[in-house]
Amino acid sequence: MTDSRVLAPISVEREFERERRDRRNDNLFRYVVTGCALFVLISLLGAALSMLWGGRDALVTFGWQFLWSSDWDAVQKKFGALVPIYGTLVTALIAMIIAVPVSFGISLFLTEIAPAWLRTPVAAAVELLAGIPSIIYGMWGLFVFVPFMGAHVSPWLDEHIGPLPIIGPLFQGPPIGLGMLTAGIVLAIMVIPFISSVMREVFITVPVQLKESAYAVGNTTWEVVWDVVLPYTRSAVIGGVFLGLGRALGETMAVTFVLGNAHLLSPSLLQPGNSIAATIANEFTEADSPIYLSSLIALGFLLFVVTFVVLAIARVMLNRLARRAGEIA
Amino acid sequence: MNRWKRRQLRDVIAKALAICATLFGLVWLAWILWTTVSKGLPALRWGLFTQMTPPPGADGGLLNAFAGSIEMCGLAILIGTPIGIGAGTYLAEYARHTRLGAVIRFVNDILLSAPSIVIGLFIYELMVVPMGHFSAWAGAVALSFIVLPVVVRTTDEMLKLVPTPMRESALALGVPQWKVVRQVLYRAALSGIVTGVLLALARISGETAPVLFTALNNQYWASSLNEPTANVPVVIFQYALSPFEFWHALAWAGAFVVTMVVLVLGLTSRWLVARGRTNYE
Repeated sequence: MTDSRVLAPISVEREFERERRDRRNDNLFRYVVTGCALFVLISLLGAALSMLWGGRDALVTFGWQFLWSSDWDAVQKKFGALVPIYGTLVTALIAMIIAVPVSFGISLFLTEIAPAWLRTPVAAAVELLAGIPSIIYGMWGLFVFVPFMGAHVSPWLDEHIGPLPIIGPLFQGPPIGLGMLTAGIVLAIMVIPFISSVMREVFITVPVQLKESAYAVGNTTWEVVWDVVLPYTRSAVIGGVFLGLGRALGETMAVTFVLGNAHLLSPSLLQPGNSIAATIANEFTEADSPIYLSSLIALGFLLFVVTFVVLAIARVMLNRLARRAGEIA
Repeated sequence: MNRWKRRQLRDVIAKALAICATLFGLVWLAWILWTTVSKGLPALRWGLFTQMTPPPGADGGLLNAFAGSIEMCGLAILIGTPIGIGAGTYLAEYARHTRLGAVIRFVNDILLSAPSIVIGLFIYELMVVPMGHFSAWAGAVALSFIVLPVVVRTTDEMLKLVPTPMRESALALGVPQWKVVRQVLYRAALSGIVTGVLLALARISGETAPVLFTALNNQYWASSLNEPTANVPVVIFQYALSPFEFWHALAWAGAFVVTMVVLVLGLTSRWLVARGRTNYE
C-alpha cells in the first residue's frame, strides 16, 4: 500500500508529461500540415502576383493598348498581344470543335456499347494519350503530321473548300502544313483523353435505376444517353469540356512546334500563326530588352488569368454534379 | 419509314459514330507511338548514355542531359512530395468538411491543370531574377510545383478511402492523432500515395515548358546545382528545331527514352492502383 502511494505521484507526473508531449506533437503536426496546405494556396497567388510584377513595365507602358495592338516589334520596342491572343483562341476553338464530339463518342462507346472485356483496355489506351509528354506530340507533329498535312490535307482544303463563299477564306493558304489548323488538330488529340475520361466517369455515376427505367419503356441506347444520361450529367460534362479548354489554351510545346511561330494575323487556318504560350516559349530566352521580357511575362499573366477563369468554371460545374450525387446517395 | 425504324436507324448511326470516334482516338495513339519507336529505336546507341551532347557535326550522346533530368526530377520529387503529403493530410484529416479545405482543394485542382509554362515564368521571377542566373535549383523548384498538386490530390483521396473505424480504433486506444496519421493512416494509404508520386514523376520527366527558362540548357556537364543544366526535354526541343540530321536522330532517341520512362511509370502506377483496389475488396 505504502509503495503504491509513493509511486502514484510519479506515475501521474509521468502521465501528465506524456500527455503534454502528445498534445505538443499533435499541435505541431497540425501546424505543419496546415502550413503545407496554406502553401498550396499561396503558391497560386504567388504565381499570379509574380507575373503581374514581372509584366508591370509592359502593362504600364502600353496600357489597354497591350490587349488590342497587333504590334510585335522588338526593334522599335512596341508590343501588343492581339496576335498571340487570336492564335490561342482560334487553335483552342478548333481543338474543342474536334475533341468534344469525339470525346463524347468515346465515352458513349466505353459506357454503353463496348463489351465489358474491351472497356478497361480501351480506356487505358485513351488515357495513355494523356500521359505522353507534350514535347513528343510536338516532335511527331513537326516531323510526321506537318508533312502529312502539307502533302494531303491542306492542298485538298485549299482546292475544294477554298473557293466556297463565307467559309472559303478560312481554308485558303499555302500547303506548308504548319499553321492554325494543324495546331488545333494536335491540341484536339491532346485534350481528348482529359475530356473523355471526365465524361466516362460521370456517365458511370448515373443511377442504374434511371437508365433501366428508360430502357424498360422501350428507349434505344442513343435515346437513353441523349435524353437521360446527358441531362443528368450536364453540368459535369460542361465541366469536363472546360477542363479540356483550359488545357488547350495553355498547352505550350506541341503548339510551339507546329504553329509556325509567325507574327501574322490572318483569317486563313492554313497560315502559320502564334499563341501566347508558344510566343513565350520561343522568344523568352531571346528577349534582348527589359520591355520585351516584361511583355512576354505580361502575356503569361494574361494566359494565367484566362486559364484560371476557365478552370474555375470547370471546377464549379464538376462539383455541382458531385454535390447532387452526394444528396441522392 | 415508320417511327420505330427511324429511331432504330438513329441508334445504329449513333453507335457507329461512337465506334468511329474511339477508333479515331486510338489511331493517333498508335501513330504517335509508332513514330516514336520507329524513329527512336534506330537512333538508340550505347554512346547515348556515355557521351555528352555534341556541337553541330560532332559525335555525341545525351549523358549530361539524362544526368540533369534525373537530378532535377529527383530534387523536385524530394521537395514536392513532403509538402504535398502534408497538404493532402490536412485536407483529408483536418479539413474534410471545412470551408478552408474546400477552397484549398479548389485551388489545388486549378494548379493541377494550370499551364506549365506559367509555372516556369513564376519560378523565373521568384528564383532566376533574384539569383541572377539560371540553375538546376530553379528547374527543380519549378518541377516541384507540378509534383505538388498531383501528390496533394492523391494523398487526399487515398486517405479518404481509409475506413473510419480504423481511425476510431486507434484513437480509442489513446493513440495521439499525429501518431494515428503517421502509423495507421499512412500505412493503409501507402500504395495510393506511392502511386501519386509515380504519376507526378511521369508527368515531370517529360515536362519542357517549366524548365525552359529556369534550368535553361548546358552543352557541358553542370558542376553544381547553381549552374544552367542540360535536361532531356529542352535538349530535344533545341535539337528537333535544328537543321542538323544527327541532332534530329539524338532528339528522337531522347524522345524514345522519355516516352518509355513515362509509359512504364504510368503502367506501374496503374498496376499499383488495381492491386490496391483488390486489397480493399
